[in-house]
Parts: sequence; C-alpha cells; structure tokens
Amino acid sequence: MRTVLSIATICLAVLAVWYVGAVFLNAKWERDQAARAGVGIGWAEIVPATMSQERPVLPAPHQVAVEIWKTTVEKRITSKRSLVYHGWITLSATLLGFVMGVGLGILLAVGIVHNRAMDLSAMPWVISSQTIPILAIAPMIIVVLYNIGISGLLAKASISAYLSFFPVAVGMVKGLRAPDDMQLDLMRTYNASAWQVFWKLRWPSSLPYLFASLKVAIAIALVGAIIGELPTGSQGGFGARMLNGSYYGQVLIIWSALFGAAICAALMVGAVGLAQRAVLGRTGQMR
Amino acid sequence: MPETGAISASSLDLVFQTRGGPVHALSNVDLEVAPGEFVSFIGPSGCGKTTLLRVIADLEQPTGGTISVNGMTPGEARLKRAYGYVFQAAGLYPWRTIEKNVRLPLEVMGYPARERAERVAHVLELVGLRDFGRMFPWQLSGGMQQRASIARALAFDAGLLLMDEPFGALDEIVRDHLNEQLLALHARTGKTVCFVTHSIPEAVYLSTRIVVMSPRPGRIIDVIDSTLPQERPLDIRESAAFLELASRVREGLRAGHSYDE
Repeated sequence: MRTVLSIATICLAVLAVWYVGAVFLNAKWERDQAARAGVGIGWAEIVPATMSQERPVLPAPHQVAVEIWKTTVEKRITSKRSLVYHGWITLSATLLGFVMGVGLGILLAVGIVHNRAMDLSAMPWVISSQTIPILAIAPMIIVVLYNIGISGLLAKASISAYLSFFPVAVGMVKGLRAPDDMQLDLMRTYNASAWQVFWKLRWPSSLPYLFASLKVAIAIALVGAIIGELPTGSQGGFGARMLNGSYYGQVLIIWSALFGAAICAALMVGAVGLAQRAVLGRTGQMR
Repeated sequence: MPETGAISASSLDLVFQTRGGPVHALSNVDLEVAPGEFVSFIGPSGCGKTTLLRVIADLEQPTGGTISVNGMTPGEARLKRAYGYVFQAAGLYPWRTIEKNVRLPLEVMGYPARERAERVAHVLELVGLRDFGRMFPWQLSGGMQQRASIARALAFDAGLLLMDEPFGALDEIVRDHLNEQLLALHARTGKTVCFVTHSIPEAVYLSTRIVVMSPRPGRIIDVIDSTLPQERPLDIRESAAFLELASRVREGLRAGHSYDE
C-alpha cells in the first residue's frame, strides 16, 4: 500500500510538471498564430489551446495516452501503424541480443576467472568497448555485418549484445570470485575437480550478481536494438518509429514510441526480477 | 595398527614470506598422533596452531622438515580424502539446504545416490539435526550451523577429523553442549581428532593429549597426556584432576608467552 502510494505521488508530480511544461513550451506557437491573425490572446485562451495542438513542441500527457491507445488497441497488430507491431520487431531483436550478450558476458567472465592470460588482458578491452559511443559505432557494425550477409534482426541483435554483454561480464567476474578462501579450501579438502568447484561453488555463488547484471543488461539491450534501427532505415521497430516521427515532425509518434519502449523495458526488468525471486528467494538469498 | 601413527611430523618448519619480512609460523615442530587420539592444540594467536592443522590438511606447504598423514604425504592423504576439515565458521553454502550441504562432499567424491541419502540421514542424526535437513542455513542458529558443518565432515569415510576452533564463535552454553556431543561422537566413531582451540577448559575437557604452543616463532612447548577417564560428564571440570591439568596448561602458556613484546 505504501509503495503504491509513493509511486502514485511521484507519477502525479511528474504529470503536473509535464502539463506546466507543455503549456509554456507550446504557448509560443499560439502567440505567433494570434499575432499573425492580428488578435490579442491571453492565458485563458492559451492554456486550453496548448493541450490539443497538432504539432506541439511538448505534447500534453493525455495526447500521448490517446496516441498510444489509438496505435495499440484500435489498430490490428499486423498494421504498420500499430505500436504493438513495431514493439514486437524491436523486442525480438532485444531478446535475441540479450541472450547473445548474456552468453558472451558469462563466457568472458568464466575465461577471465579461470585463465590467467585472459585475466590480465581481457578486462581493459571489455571496458574500452563501452567507452566508444554506441551511436557512433552502431552504423559501422550494421554496415560491416551487412557486407558479410548479416542484416535485419541479427544485425540489430548484435548491437544489443554489444551493449548487454558488458554488465554481465563485469558482474559475473565479481560473482564467480565471490566464494571466500574458506569455501574454496573446503572444496580443496574434498579434492574436488575444477569442474566441480565451478558448478557446485562458483556458479551458485555468482547467481545474485548475475541477476543484478541481467536487469541492467536487458534494459540496455532494448536501447541497443532501438539504436540499431536508426541507421538501417529499417521499416519497423520503435527506432524506425522515432526516426519517422522526427522526419515528419510528428512529435506524438516519437513520444508514444518512447513510452512504448519504456513500458517494454519496465516489463522486461520486472520479468528478470520475477525470475530472480523464483531462483534466489526460495533459498533466502534475496536480502 | 601400522607403525606410523595417524600423524607424524618431525622438525617441521614453515616460514611465510610477507612484505614485512619472513614470519616463522612453525619452527622445529615434532609431533606424533596415534590413531583414535583426541589431540588439542592450544596457544595464543599467532602460535601456528591453525597453520599446523592446515599443513596436515595440505592447505599450506611446510618449508622444512617432514610430515606424514596415515603414512602418506599430506598431499596424497588429501587426494585420498583421508580427513574431514571443520573450519572456524560453519561455511555452509547458503543456496543448499542442510541436507544438501552435508551431501556436498558425497557428491564431490562420487558416492552412489542411495548411499548418500543413508549417510546424510545418519550423520544428521549423530549431530542431532535429524529434523532440520530441509531447512536453509539462515534458518538455523549459529550452533546448529556449526553442528551441520561437523556432520558434513563426518559424512564421508575419513579416519581423521581436523577441527579449527569450530566453537570459537559460539556462546558458553552452546559450547558446553557441543563439547559433550563431540566427546560422545569421538567415542562412537573412534576417529582421530585434531582440535585447535583458544580455551583451556575446552582443551582439557576434550583431549586425550594437549599440545601447548607458543608464538614467534610458532613452536610446541609442552605436550600433556590427559589423566582424565574416558567417560567425562560436564561436572568433571570441577574435579581436582581437571583443575590440575588446566593449571599445567595455563603455566605452559604463560611460560611461552612474553607480554613484554
């Protein structure tokens, strides 16, 4: 109950600021229109007018809500104007990229923890891969992949993977190293093989770290997929939607795509949270 | 019984190279432990008692002297899983139930599935945790967790039990109780026990032999054979024989420990 109340409070505050912002940002256009028509205009006329402009600088929240409603519920999901249609295109690339990135991240972490050469050499590369702005490198990745015959879903997924492997690799290196000396000594007294130490000690120790990383990874996988849609001029997806919106000055389309993406991200992070609870909650490891 | 004891060490040395210079953790340690004995190692911090236990367990390598465990090198003994080790903390794996924690060494050592269940049930019974197998470690008190860790060390067939201050973090009452249980366990299983402790009463109460150690360099300064009978109720600790042994241990500790440093 308290969490519901606090979330509702924050939402109301954001909405209030948003409405005020919409009034002030959209007022200029109303004043210009009035000046052009040679009539005087006061706040009493401006405020309602800013709520329903066709091309507002900042659309009012209810305009975005209506746009989202129209493009989800009132459109068939196979329609190119359906946000669900575009959402699925982005989401499928996100999920594929997430799986690829998580796999890569875990493999890297296992390598770094078990191989001295990788321990000494791999981490700087992992970190520097993330210092390059993704917006700059994404088009190059897309072009390079296109020229070796990979495009569309897999190309976008690879941008997602490029972003999402990072938190997993960093988190899992920490997680696989989480067992303390005593726990490792115990395995040594059993004369356990490296394989047994991994599966019975390192891997379960790393799970809390893995889930923390997965939450970050899945959110940025979505960002990656959207960015992957920008340079390709792709026909679908949230990214294509945003790009189209900005070409044609359809701010509402951009905002509804933004919200669609945000809702998807929230749902996916929530799903990871549920998985985390299912795996760790039972054993009292969620604290 | 073979002529070699459970543990046999002569002029054992171990020097740790640290940034602050060499640290003489063990110096010229001679020790014979016969099968079935309960030997306590007592001494102040830094006297090398834990290090000695870790050398026996092949967790540290001596820099000089010789040591054998069941007539083998400690390394060979470890590969043959000749001992169970109980650490200062219970160190149970939090994602495993008590049952599964106790089963861990059996899984690692490849015991067949049916035998695992039998052994787990048996040792949990031994340490009085029969009804707690399905619980997770965090649901148990510290004393119960430590008992589970002892069960874990007893689950497989090792004739030697190495215990490193297993009751150090527990309160007096729980400690008394566990000491009693440990004695009964020793009597029932006939295992050789090496037991590291800080506590004089604990050492005297449990042991057939007490090894008094002293720091800088870590060395043995006295070995005391217990005069107490095998049957030891808790109130034996008020008997004259007990107090005499305790005072001899205390004197040994005092002689080997200079407070001027």
